[in-house]
Amino acid sequence: MSIPAYQMVDHPGPVTWSDAARREIDAIFSRYPDTRSATLPIIWLAVREFGWISPQVEAILGEVLKRPLNEIHSVVTFYTMFPQRPLGRHHVQICRNISCWLANAPELLDHLIAKLGIHPGEVTTDGRFSLEAVECLAYCECAPALRIDGRYEGNLTREKIDQIIDGAR
Amino acid sequence: MLKLATRNIGLENSHTLAVARANGAYSRLEKALAMAPEAIVEDVIKSNLRGLGGAGFPAGRKWSFLPKDSPKPRYLVVNGDEGEPGTVKDKYIMIHDPHLLIEGIIITCYAIRSHKAFIYIRGEYDLPIERMERAIAEAKDAGILGERVMGRDFALDIVVHRGAGAYICGEETSLLESLEGKRGWPRLKPPFPAVEGYQRCPTVVNNVETLSYVPFVIEMGGQAFADLGCERNGGLRMYSISGRVNKPGIYELPMGTPLRQIIYDYAGGITDGRRLKAVIPGGSSCPILTADEIDVPMDFDSLAKIGSMLGSAGIIVFDETVSLPEALLVLTRFYAHESCGQCTPCREGTAWMAKIIQRIIDGLGRPGDADNLIRVARNVLGNTICPLGDAAAMPVMSWVTKFRPEFEEWIRRGRPVSESPVPVTRIGERLERAAV
Repeated sequence: MSIPAYQMVDHPGPVTWSDAARREIDAIFSRYPDTRSATLPIIWLAVREFGWISPQVEAILGEVLKRPLNEIHSVVTFYTMFPQRPLGRHHVQICRNISCWLANAPELLDHLIAKLGIHPGEVTTDGRFSLEAVECLAYCECAPALRIDGRYEGNLTREKIDQIIDGAR
Repeated sequence: MLKLATRNIGLENSHTLAVARANGAYSRLEKALAMAPEAIVEDVIKSNLRGLGGAGFPAGRKWSFLPKDSPKPRYLVVNGDEGEPGTVKDKYIMIHDPHLLIEGIIITCYAIRSHKAFIYIRGEYDLPIERMERAIAEAKDAGILGERVMGRDFALDIVVHRGAGAYICGEETSLLESLEGKRGWPRLKPPFPAVEGYQRCPTVVNNVETLSYVPFVIEMGGQAFADLGCERNGGLRMYSISGRVNKPGIYELPMGTPLRQIIYDYAGGITDGRRLKAVIPGGSSCPILTADEIDVPMDFDSLAKIGSMLGSAGIIVFDETVSLPEALLVLTRFYAHESCGQCTPCREGTAWMAKIIQRIIDGLGRPGDADNLIRVARNVLGNTICPLGDAAAMPVMSWVTKFRPEFEEWIRRGRPVSESPVPVTRIGERLERAAV
């Protein structure tokens, strides 16, 4: 499934914050001297709550942050880690920058593409995996490296990638 | 070998307060709190501690630029965005010795009379974020942080702020914009952050590693710390080394340690006994060095003298089999991807440089493309608000100048000079239909 990069994906219905999220929002606001500084943490919270940032999520972000939608959208789209469409349950980010490239990362990306049957930017049809080729993860000392489900894996080989992917199914 | 910032790394549970305290944490803070804030700034100036994020600006002098009479609150912002390719040091401190960083932050805030600090950590760093947050909570419970730091009449609150994937946010004014909840578009300087930083208030921005050395300046005194390094470059620093070496990793060594020694004595020499071809000494933005230039001492001034930079001390090693034009494509593509788009020379120039190198690699290079690259780079250099433009231009200029015959041969024949044992031509970019 491939969706153009500029296209945000709607949530199926209206989105609302859970009570826990509302309490978390109050806690985030209490950490900063103004509400605007809470923007990134609250977008992160929205990613955890709703999986990705859709137009509906942007609308409720604008409400809690008291910022116009164009400002919310400009921030959401500036940063690479705020997804604007659903990701796989396991999101694989493989590094393509210089130290990993020197350690054979392009071949490992090919291996991932073949194993998962998707290219960077895509999600497997069963929704289990999404793949992204990213810039330096700062794990150069253990190149080649990837990040999956918030953790780093380094010194990758084809075999190690197989283990990681099979273990995440 | 003397170790300071990496001293506790490797101890079991080194990230916990109990282990950190048993190994010296917060004893330096006790000493600092008995000193006058001005005396601490003086000592740090004397220590020749430089800004280890990459700019190398003397830390104590940066602190001394804060206006004395401003009624506004002051902030300390800690840069843990660590995105410079080849640089891996800050995460070791945050994962393994978060209390060392907290101690450095508290001493610094006391010295500059700030009551609020933010640690901006790159979004990919889940474990460093988790460890820092837990360590801050532990320190609060133990009365080390809070309304009364160590029972004194000094309040300090530290907040961890998570980035969201943007190399540019490692630049200090971009980081401040991002912290304020905006796109990370760098600001024109002056005013410098010391005068108008976070929320237009006086702000000091320091790197994680820089602040982690502050407790040791207090422990041993500024002069003794300075004496560990070399002229105008005090103390030790954490060198990251990666690429084609046998033992990649981080090595904490004195400022001014020769590059040759780091590559051959500490990192175990070149992979498979091959010959060295080139080295990036301080993160991907620094001009490249040839194999003949590695006797240079690794300090800010010595590298500047030979036309490169110490930067973040992220050493990247290339052996004789690496095709440098292809390696440069990886870097130029990176800068084109990370340009924030604010300044035309950088937004356009980074993309042009990547396109020209791509066509050279594809065998479609045109006569004069080597000069085209240098000309575009020259038009970017110095013509942008922040140093990202320079960071993209400097590698192109130095690589094409120092390794021109290799580039010319690629332009002429569209094939590598020597066939690399590693298939290097396949690069993910063209497969990428859309960023996720």
